[in-house]
Amino acid sequence: MSAPVLSVQNLQTAFRVGGQWRWAIEDLSFDVAPGETVAIVGESGSGKSVTALSIMRLVSETSGRIEGRIALDGRDLLALSEDEMRKVRGNDVAMIFQEPMTSLNPVLTVGYQISEALRYHRGLDKAAAQAEALRMLEKVRIPSAKTRFGNYPHQLSGGMRQRVMIATALACKPKLLIADEPTTALDVTIQAQILELIKTLQDEEGMSVLFITHDMGVVAEIADRVVVMWKGRKLEDAASEQVFNRPVHGYTKALLAAVPKLGDMEGHGRPLRFPAIDAANGQVKGVPTLAADTVKADEAPLLEVSGLTTRFGIRGGILGRLRGRVHAVENLSFTLQRGETLALVGESGCGKSTTGRTILRLIEPTAGTVRFQGRDVTGLGKGDLLDVRRDMQMIFQDPFASLNPRKSVGAAIAEPIVVHGLAKGSDARDRVAELMRKVGLSPDMGGRFPHEFSGGQRQRLAIARALALSPKLVVADEAVSALDVSVKAQVLNLMLDLQAEFGLAYLFISHDMAVVERVSHRVAVMYLGEIVELGTREAVFADPRHPYTRKLLSAVPVPDPARRSLRRELAVDEIPSPIRALDWKAPAQALVEVAPDHFVRQAV
Amino acid sequence: MGAFLVKRLGFAVVTLWAVLTLVFVVVRIVPGDPAQVILGDQADANAIAAMRTRLGLDAPLIEQYWTFLTGAIRGDWGVSLVTGRPVIQEILVVLPWTLELTIVSMLIGIAIGVPLGVWAAINRNRMPDYVTRIASLLGLSFPPFVSAIILLILFAIMLRWFPVISAGSGSLSAWFQAMALPALNLGLIMAAYITRVARSAMLEVMQEDYVRSARAKGVPWRVVVWRHALRNALIPIITIVGLYLGILIGNSVLTEIVFNRPGLGKLIVGALNQRDYTMLQGMMVIYTLIVVLVNIATDLTYALADPRVKLS
Amino acid sequence: MSASVHDAGPASPPRMRWLSATLGAFNANKTSWVGLVIVVAVILAAAFAPLIAPHDPLEQDILSRLQPPHENYYLGTDYFGRDILSRLLYGARISLVIGVASTVIALVIGSLIGVLAGWYGGRFDVVVMQAMDILLAFPSLILGLILVAMLGPSMENITIAIALTSIPSFARIARAPTITVKERDFIEAGRALAFSDARIMARHILPNIFPEILVMGSLWLAAAIRTEASLAFIGLGVKPPIATWGGMIREGFENILDSYWLVLAPSLAILIIVFALNILGDGLRDAIDPKLKGER
Repeated sequence: MSAPVLSVQNLQTAFRVGGQWRWAIEDLSFDVAPGETVAIVGESGSGKSVTALSIMRLVSETSGRIEGRIALDGRDLLALSEDEMRKVRGNDVAMIFQEPMTSLNPVLTVGYQISEALRYHRGLDKAAAQAEALRMLEKVRIPSAKTRFGNYPHQLSGGMRQRVMIATALACKPKLLIADEPTTALDVTIQAQILELIKTLQDEEGMSVLFITHDMGVVAEIADRVVVMWKGRKLEDAASEQVFNRPVHGYTKALLAAVPKLGDMEGHGRPLRFPAIDAANGQVKGVPTLAADTVKADEAPLLEVSGLTTRFGIRGGILGRLRGRVHAVENLSFTLQRGETLALVGESGCGKSTTGRTILRLIEPTAGTVRFQGRDVTGLGKGDLLDVRRDMQMIFQDPFASLNPRKSVGAAIAEPIVVHGLAKGSDARDRVAELMRKVGLSPDMGGRFPHEFSGGQRQRLAIARALALSPKLVVADEAVSALDVSVKAQVLNLMLDLQAEFGLAYLFISHDMAVVERVSHRVAVMYLGEIVELGTREAVFADPRHPYTRKLLSAVPVPDPARRSLRRELAVDEIPSPIRALDWKAPAQALVEVAPDHFVRQAV
Repeated sequence: MGAFLVKRLGFAVVTLWAVLTLVFVVVRIVPGDPAQVILGDQADANAIAAMRTRLGLDAPLIEQYWTFLTGAIRGDWGVSLVTGRPVIQEILVVLPWTLELTIVSMLIGIAIGVPLGVWAAINRNRMPDYVTRIASLLGLSFPPFVSAIILLILFAIMLRWFPVISAGSGSLSAWFQAMALPALNLGLIMAAYITRVARSAMLEVMQEDYVRSARAKGVPWRVVVWRHALRNALIPIITIVGLYLGILIGNSVLTEIVFNRPGLGKLIVGALNQRDYTMLQGMMVIYTLIVVLVNIATDLTYALADPRVKLS
Repeated sequence: MSASVHDAGPASPPRMRWLSATLGAFNANKTSWVGLVIVVAVILAAAFAPLIAPHDPLEQDILSRLQPPHENYYLGTDYFGRDILSRLLYGARISLVIGVASTVIALVIGSLIGVLAGWYGGRFDVVVMQAMDILLAFPSLILGLILVAMLGPSMENITIAIALTSIPSFARIARAPTITVKERDFIEAGRALAFSDARIMARHILPNIFPEILVMGSLWLAAAIRTEASLAFIGLGVKPPIATWGGMIREGFENILDSYWLVLAPSLAILIIVFALNILGDGLRDAIDPKLKGER
């Protein structure tokens, strides 16, 4: 084997927090060979991003400390002066980041931002740098690169911006590209495109890639070798195929067990719980068990949505006239039984979140009806609405934003109980304690404030608060998307258990196809505000009929290293916008039953 | 961009109309008859009636309002009750003095404040930062007349470098002599405000992802600071400069009094003391006009500094 | 009903932890303590002026006019032979009362307008905030001048005039965080939990934006004291012979060429209290601002 491009030896990085040094990385060593792709995987707090910043020496000089040896082609980067290091950055090692929306400078043109590295590292004059930058834009397959050259970042979509970031990074033909969660903020179909682009460019340029991610599916698709990190340490370092098929460390096994895998559910009729994991040693205990049968199929539907439409006007011009409309939700119809989980899946802008909020009337619908327990919610006055809302609750994506930071968690859970007069004094206290136990937290924690809890704990608290009014329907809006894999599995288990205990119906809004396959009974696929496919979970996943459903499913990265060689076409599609002109007419389409309980949107 | 400008101009017109109406209403709802106030407590009823006619106060309200509005637009703001000369002439005579003072002060404020704020931010929690923070806090604690008096005592009375009465003109050196202390006074206080805003804007911007991207590209540090970071920090700085011009105009009144310099400040204080109502009305209009023009200038600068503004 | 909400949460009183964290951050900043000590000292001096003052502030002594500082008159005497130190102590009362009263009035009314505009949004927000912007755009000192001139220079009227000129600022200050907080999920959760608008505003939005408003209050108190002094300097302060700092400077300014201490003492007094309040407000702001906490 030839000498490694990057050799990290005994890396230790510490940050000063409140006058004390805390280690973020302890004794980390690994190599990246020429042309190789190494993935560093880990959950939040594992030190994977700090590793990337340490290699670039981008941690703060006053509050950060890096020790050990980071050799690039045999040259120790930690021994370089700041000015010498600057010449390495963007030249020998380049980096792309997670957030394409904020990683580009909003007041400089993309052309300038790409040509900048060329001017400072290669000493090209303005015209030569621009010509080269334009070539890079074409290389990352940006359509009509010439016009894009003079654009500002806000004029590009997220996927396009990440392409610009890649063009910037590769402008000087670095030996090593560090990609820190480059596709995490992108939709799944766009993610597939960007991963494909990185693979293609790697072949063309022959560079090495250090790919940092939390997503085992992405790892399987891109990595030759995998480094698993946990709390600043390396647990496992082996060929991709070995890590997935014969993991050595207990944590790796647990991590893999907690990842839902698309296609895992074949042959299972009901949602499948995740196996329990021993908190002490991270070992998997027992096997996944099927959830209880909770669906009350023979009763009248709990929720009946018909023809639901939500549009937002876009005003513009001098007088603020109506210019167009966002057709966020268009003519949506579905039903939900007691104890059933209906998943709404789709990419950003498909209207799935708006649907959830419109059903609770947190947003007013433009047309259509929502019948809840036989009562039309859309026509209710304010008092009746407050009444109905108690039976419909919501949990949100961001566990950090969904709790009032100025309220103790006990008071937050107690508030709905007391406000609605369900209990008071010690009765209310008992009820809070009971709810906290139900979601797996100790009632002693009630006096603490949200910032003292982890993300997973906060999501449990948000669930406890939602359950305080004993609702029948819970709208879960990306409720587990922000959580780490292992935490996600536990919260999903909790949701399945609560469904069994209280007969809850879930409207499970998610972009994650694998999670949806694992926990739902029925699935509605949304695209541009409409349901394009609706059916039982088995039917939609095993026999997708609508082209969009197929595209979505094929874009999902699957944690199986056999797919490493899988190549997709180098597409540059964008997710279309639901903004329409005022005179827009919906095409004549309707949901047609193509098989029992399986509907697909078709022309009529 | 076009629509944006038209929109802002529309807002300017509305502002102007609103302030004019406010002026009209305030003069009429304030307790006491303006005619009575002008003539004093001993005036007899005939004199008051005559004064009311002269002020146009005996016409129906709606007619008064119309006369007032159309007059304001035509530049006919009545005649001063004290000098008998047209208000607009009195104002136009002193306006250049105030304008040149505020413009020079503003330039001093920006020239000192922006670099100092950037310098403090990139040296966060080190000596230059501490010194700058304390100095700027001290600077904005000075009531402008207090700082003016201290400058006057120091440089005009004790050191005798500058005249006590800052009203010179004609030669360049006379202009400089008259301008130096008042402009320094206003400029330093403004620099204190701008330093603070520039510092906190830079601190915020330096933590943005795109600054990290620029560093990851290997762009030299000075380019990271001055091109990538400062260009973004300019947006809040422009806001504060625009807002501060209102304060600056107020502060110029006090400075003009201390340095005995002609300008709107001395004119308005005189009008207040002598109850020159027509003059006061005219001055409110001119102040509003200045403010409205400053706002438009701020918006234009915004559009230049931030490419995202053009679309909104 | 609402009072018992907190009782239901186990033991530790809510808000206290957050408060102690904030005080801790404040504590770490030693300069803020200097500001606090000065402010408290000035408040005490004003409150006990009758006990501390060596002379009657209004007592004229024609024989000892315009005396420089010496042991009987620590800060000298003015044109009428009145003791400057005593006038300074009594003048602090005027500054503080007008400053605090006008700031409190402006804070309450302005925040109310800002929170309502931010919460309800739409047309209401547009109209109200445009009106505020118009007022904000107008030079506040000149607005204050004209208001006092029209209403007459009494303590109440000066307070009202200063309050009116600062209401738009407080409305702006309160509106921005209201809109930020409104977008957070816990507010939406509150609506889903069928809480009333009033409850959400009072119990969930206000506690979250209050620290910011309070910090601005302490900074605006400094500005209000400065404005009061400026008005008095122009001649629109509380009427003589009552001692005000701005008025003392106005009177002393006429003799500035030979008796500089007449203006120096009140000038420094204003500067010190305003500076101390600014340091205090700045320290509080750093203590509550999560963005500036720690360094990464």
